[in-house]
Amino acid sequence: MERIKAAYSLIPVFIFLLIWEMAARLELIPGHFFFPPFTAVVQPANFLKSLARVLIGFITGSIAGLLMGILMGYKETINKTFHPIFSLLYPIPALGWLPILMLWFGISEMLPIMIIFICSFFPILYNTVTGIKTVDKNLIKVAKTLGASERKILSTILLPLALTNIFTGLRLESGMAWRVIIAAEMVAIPTGIGALLMRAESLIRIDIVIVCLMVLSVMCLSFEKFFIYMEHKLTSKWR
Amino acid sequence: MPAIELKNISNFICRNISLKIADGELMVLLGPTGAGKTTLLNIVSGLIEYEGSILFDRVSIDEIPVNRRSVGYLLQDLALFPHLDVASNITYGLKIQKRHVYEIKTRLDEMLNLMNIPDLARRYPKDLSGGEKQRVALARALAPLPQVLLLDEPMSNLDPLTKETILDEFKNIQRKTGITTIYVTHDQDEAFSLGDRVSVLNKGKIEQNEVPDELFYYPKTEFVARFVGAKNILKARIIKIKQHEAVVYINNESLAQPFKIKVKRYPFFEKGKEISLCIHPEKIILKRVNEAVGNNLNRIRGKIVNIRSNGKTLKATIDIGGTEIYAAIPKALSDFKIHEDVWVCFAPDAPHPLCGKRCRAAEASRRFLN
Repeated sequence: MERIKAAYSLIPVFIFLLIWEMAARLELIPGHFFFPPFTAVVQPANFLKSLARVLIGFITGSIAGLLMGILMGYKETINKTFHPIFSLLYPIPALGWLPILMLWFGISEMLPIMIIFICSFFPILYNTVTGIKTVDKNLIKVAKTLGASERKILSTILLPLALTNIFTGLRLESGMAWRVIIAAEMVAIPTGIGALLMRAESLIRIDIVIVCLMVLSVMCLSFEKFFIYMEHKLTSKWR
Repeated sequence: MPAIELKNISNFICRNISLKIADGELMVLLGPTGAGKTTLLNIVSGLIEYEGSILFDRVSIDEIPVNRRSVGYLLQDLALFPHLDVASNITYGLKIQKRHVYEIKTRLDEMLNLMNIPDLARRYPKDLSGGEKQRVALARALAPLPQVLLLDEPMSNLDPLTKETILDEFKNIQRKTGITTIYVTHDQDEAFSLGDRVSVLNKGKIEQNEVPDELFYYPKTEFVARFVGAKNILKARIIKIKQHEAVVYINNESLAQPFKIKVKRYPFFEKGKEISLCIHPEKIILKRVNEAVGNNLNRIRGKIVNIRSNGKTLKATIDIGGTEIYAAIPKALSDFKIHEDVWVCFAPDAPHPLCGKRCRAAEASRRFLN
């Protein structure tokens, strides 16, 4: 129940933004010149660019992290092979990859997508490995005696029980992806909300800065709440 | 259901175990923690590697992997799948084996009714009591109609009342289904009330394998004697042999003076030979020092050094010249006090010699002689 309520807490935020938009468009507030509509300030093109980068980078990074996590969690030999390599790479901050990625991809769409990919990959990977490894070994024993093959055990026991950990990774990284994309766009990419923020700063457009920060906050919150809701939907019955 | 035969089973714990379990029999493996009971179940189920051979109805199953061995395994912590409801837990094995939907539904209803849990089908394990979990786990193990049922201390987490009910129900279900069963426990009450036969395991070896009464009254080794509760172990030397009786000296070094008692005679008894005797605390009779003791009873004078009661029974520890003797007497018949001097009495047939494998043969020939 608590988590469902948390998802509902987004509704007032959206109502507030809707009222802002309506009030400005219908010119209900005197001096509306200084109070432009929300969507005019945020500039949808920039927002959609950032959104697309986050979605593509986050989805591909999460899927790759999940698949690698499953392999490493399930097969000890794969874990032993890759764990030392990933342990070296994991502590590097996502933005730390920026210089090398700029050299590899140049200033292109691949650059922010790759940064989000890296930012999403490692946490999902480690959460999936932990989720699978912490499943009670006795459950696997019983499933085997009931006739389950290795693959069936993975799909019917290990993955469903690792969901809680996987969702923790997704939830934390969905917010982090937005923070990272803004930082990347501010320093290296000429389009997107981060770039808009930098331009607004040079033009001293405080309204744009505030709206961009609000959009960022709402997107971080929305992504996190979405995964909290999904986790609740999929695991609350049995947890 | 198949008869099971274990032939020279060995691994990191088990040492050369051979055991035969008849078709439909309930064999209890009894032993302390670390004796190798669970390991032996894991071996039969195919979960761990082993040397030797396992036969189901004289056919070796050594090459059959665990998921095709057709064994139902009920673990100590039950290991219900927490993300599946009761119905899905019970039908897990059937679905894995891709049985027909109608068969799955029918079998589920059968199991829910057999375990008397028809209302629990949609509940999740977290919402079940200990007894309910037990029933669900047993239903899950039985649902795919396994050839053999293995149970690893399944009652260890239950309160005594629920345990008794579940044990009764389990015994009935086992009889009804006629499934060959290996049941592991460290609780002798559970072992003797359930088992058609009981095998005592110690340090990876079978110490004794008997029907419950034989094991309880005629243990072969000191370990088995202590484990089944015959805690009084006395060293003795045979001094005289009669037709049905032998006279022995209790020659414990801590006793001020050795004294003689009469015990049941065994054919392998030889004059001058040292033997160990065990006596169940229940077979000890306590008499006050001023009370008359019948000639047919052996008696030793001692002092009560400890008394505790568990409701119906009074458990007294009596010191006889430095050796402690344990007695369990009905509470209603006694009002003994601590530090009281008493006669420790027992019938000549109460002490049982611990004579390894010769005991059983000796017991058979003794009966023949009688």
